[in-house]
Amino acid sequence: MIWLETLIQGILLGGLYALFAAGLSLVFGIMRLVNLAHGDLIVVGAYMILIIVSILGINPFVATFIAAPGMFALGWLLQRFVLNRTLGDDILPPLLVTFGLSIALQNALLEGFSADSQRINAGALETASIPVGSLSIGIMPLLTFATAILVIFGLNQIIFRTALGRAFRATSDDPITASLMGIRPSSVFAIVTGLAMLVAIIAALYLGMRASFDPSIGPVRLIYAFEAVIIGGLGSLWGTLLGGIIIGVAQTFGAAINPEWQILAGHLAFLAVLLLRPRGLLPRAVD
Amino acid sequence: MLKLVKMCKSFGAVCVADEISFEVSKGQALGVIGPNGAGKSTLFNLITGNLPPDRGYIGFEEQDITRLPPMKRVRMGIGRSFQIPQPFHRMTVFENLMVAAAFGRGLSEAEVIDDCVSILEQTEMVPRANVLAGQLSLLERKRLELARALATEPKLLLLDEIAGGLTEGECQKLIATIRGIHRTGVTIVWIEHVLHALTSVVDRLLVLDFGRVIGIGDPMSIMASKEVKEIYLGIDV
Repeated sequence: MIWLETLIQGILLGGLYALFAAGLSLVFGIMRLVNLAHGDLIVVGAYMILIIVSILGINPFVATFIAAPGMFALGWLLQRFVLNRTLGDDILPPLLVTFGLSIALQNALLEGFSADSQRINAGALETASIPVGSLSIGIMPLLTFATAILVIFGLNQIIFRTALGRAFRATSDDPITASLMGIRPSSVFAIVTGLAMLVAIIAALYLGMRASFDPSIGPVRLIYAFEAVIIGGLGSLWGTLLGGIIIGVAQTFGAAINPEWQILAGHLAFLAVLLLRPRGLLPRAVD
Repeated sequence: MLKLVKMCKSFGAVCVADEISFEVSKGQALGVIGPNGAGKSTLFNLITGNLPPDRGYIGFEEQDITRLPPMKRVRMGIGRSFQIPQPFHRMTVFENLMVAAAFGRGLSEAEVIDDCVSILEQTEMVPRANVLAGQLSLLERKRLELARALATEPKLLLLDEIAGGLTEGECQKLIATIRGIHRTGVTIVWIEHVLHALTSVVDRLLVLDFGRVIGIGDPMSIMASKEVKEIYLGIDV
């Protein structure tokens, strides 16, 4: 029974990793841009929610809604004025710029909020659980997982069912031809990053409620997100969820065997998948 | 309708457009011929705005479009098909048209859906509407190229070697489709190596060589001129 509980915990933890990774996956899938600052941008989001919660004294979920437009704008501006200039045949410029941005964000947060760890207070929700048979499942992990599914479902609806989504896919396929169809690739990319930051603020909400955070944790979170994206198959959002679940399950089983193995087990699962399926489990990108 | 004045473009020391000037009036069909590397596709890139010119002027419907970005030119009514079909591979044929129609005309998808259906009928692509563009045959890709250019509702249609690589029968069908489009009043500029396809549609021919216009006029007299014969020596006319 303990194993079943571990398995469920792992799957639900996968939801959190999928939330971290969904924005990364979206940006990579559409513009082949690896955003090394994604983890730090999530941490920025967590501080935004924290500030709104402590100033207005409101529920963190409501605070997330208030922070969302700002986060979208941040992503839009970042892409429009910085990252669009780095895109091209060479993959190095975006890596260097986002790496620099990552360091700058960490230090700015350190300057503004000190290195003390913070937490977003979610009240009774933090410890609430529901009994399922002889098991008890935490409401918070369940909520995280449900949100991850909802977010990925929503993103897929946008990508595959709307005019905007078709513009995303057309631009992803061939920006030059897309521009001849009246699409402005730079604006499309700005909207994509804006959308990725909306997902990031949702990830930030759960990150802040479930664990303590400080300005330096972005890159560590980013590694799990990367692993989830890569295991899942580049460009597939459901694959990213699956990748998150695999990392989550590996970590909880690793921890159940020996607490020191938690992190290692996740990375080993990542390597194992790469060894067996180098293109990921659900690859969408053909090139 | 379309006016180029002394357009110049060089890649390093290679001049691919050397003071190109010509005009196309509304409803006309102009054929563009010339050996490989003469600068034909470059000419289209200059007209669509994918390449910035070094010098010169392009006007479209009496407006200066020399510095306009490609998407603005599409909205003004300049549509283009590529020599090597470049569909959005991971989207269906119908989605390819929807993107072109909605963004090329600045309308919502609901407003363009009927037009997309009639373009599918016009280009005989109805049975393939829900197939991914990456899975189409060459003729179908060429038809999709044409259909997608039409979906942007062009007043001026630029066709880049759309008949190349097709069998005679396929070519005849495509010519019939293009004639139909021309009859609806769309102005056409058509680059083509398949001369009989070209001359069965266009009113005038323009000959390019080394980035220069070396002749423009009615097809018979152009093909009879000495300079053109020299360039095409050995090529079956």
